[in-house]
This record gives sequence, structure tokens and C-alpha cells, in this order.
Amino acid sequence: MADPMRIRAQAQGDKTTVRVLMSHEMETGQRKDSAGKTVPAWFIQEVSAAHNGKTVMTAQWGPSVAKNPFLQFVIKGAKAGDKVAISWKDNKGDSRSDEAVVS
Amino acid sequence: MSTRREVLAQGASLAAALAGLGLLPQAAQAAWSQAAFEAKTMSDLMKALGTSGPAESKDVSITGPDIAENGAVVPVGAATTLAGAKRLLLLVEKNPAMLAAAFDLSDAVEPNISTRVKMGQSSNVFAVAITADNKVLYAVKEIKVTLGGCGG
Repeated sequence: MADPMRIRAQAQGDKTTVRVLMSHEMETGQRKDSAGKTVPAWFIQEVSAAHNGKTVMTAQWGPSVAKNPFLQFVIKGAKAGDKVAISWKDNKGDSRSDEAVVS
Repeated sequence: MSTRREVLAQGASLAAALAGLGLLPQAAQAAWSQAAFEAKTMSDLMKALGTSGPAESKDVSITGPDIAENGAVVPVGAATTLAGAKRLLLLVEKNPAMLAAAFDLSDAVEPNISTRVKMGQSSNVFAVAITADNKVLYAVKEIKVTLGGCGG
């Protein structure tokens, strides 16, 4: 299991800005190690975000998203105390879900 | 007491059941659109996504630096003022595969996304918005990279 995500969700009026920092290598499969062997691709493929249990956004990512990916998006109508859950799944089948409370 | 043969048979049927439910990683990955992420050109990509050719539009905007010092971490954002945008894509023209990320949005989310991508070299970066009625609109920005982010 990978390290936890850092999620910050801040309400401003009727909009909530969510910032997520995931911990992942995001290996492209193009790089070679010091022995000249290709490092196999290892990256997050699917991300989904839920607001109070209801999925509001899903994303598909390729290997060209940067290492330790950052993601920012805005949820309409979320207010302080609501729960925002983010989960991802990588191409090796590993996954992680984390939750934060809107402040 | 079950024999070894029975245990093996049970294991095989369990694996088959899991695969049927889509719980095994190989099966789960089918949802990720391989063809779109292997597309090298805009027309290949549009074909893979099943949409028509894109048009440049002022309603779509892309944010990013003019010059990125480190191609491994380039902050970019895609946004649109169009009503009913259901998908936002971020494309880096000269990367080995063009599509960096695709976001499927619901009505509860503003069509305004920021993330960070890797860039192998200086290139045009596109923000593409696909609306519910299958209009494809884009904005483009050239980002110069002084240090590539794809190894080597």
C-alpha cells in the first residue's frame, strides 16, 4: 500500500476547492536504469473523487502525469463538514483511498 | 478433508469468478482506454475517443508557465466557460504519447482542473474540452522546457 494522500478541501462561498497530493512514482516506462534496462511503467491510471459518497469526477491518467501527482478541482455546492473522498488505482492494480473533511 | 486436486479446482473456479466480477487487475484495466493513451497525433486521439475533429475556441483556456525550468514537473491547468462540458483533456504534443490526462466531469464539478505533467521537450500543450453534444474545442499554449523530464 502506498503512502497516504494529502487532501485539502476549502469552502469559499458555495464552491469548494480541493487540492490533492498523491504519493506515487509515476514511472513512464521510457526511462532506463544504470544497467541500461528499461524501468517498467508504473503509474496511476484511474482517479475518482466523491463528495459525500457520490462520485463527482473521474479521471484517466497516462504516464506523463508528473511524479507525486498534484490535482486541483472545484466542487459546487459542497460546504464545511462535508466529506471528500479521493481514490486512485495504478497499472499494477494497487489502489488507495483517502478522505478529508471540507473546512 | 479435501484432496489436493479438489483444492486446486476450487482455486481455479475462484479465480474465474473474480475475473468475471472484474476484481482482478487485468480485467479492471479494461476501463482505461489504452488506444487513447497510445495515440501519437490529434487525429489518432480523436478517433480513439470517438469524437470529431477539434476546433480552437476562446471558451477554453489553458494555464501554464511560458518557460518550464524542469520538464519533470510542469504545472498546467485546463478550464472552460462552456456549459455542459463533460470532459477535459490535457495533451502534450511532443511527448511519446500525446494524451496526459482525461477528466470526466459531473455537473457538481466546475470545468476547471489543474495538475502537473511531465514534458520531454518544448512543445505545444493543449487543453481540450468535450461537451455533452460532442463538440470538441481546444486552447493551445507553447511551453518551453529547459530540462527534459523523460529521462535520458
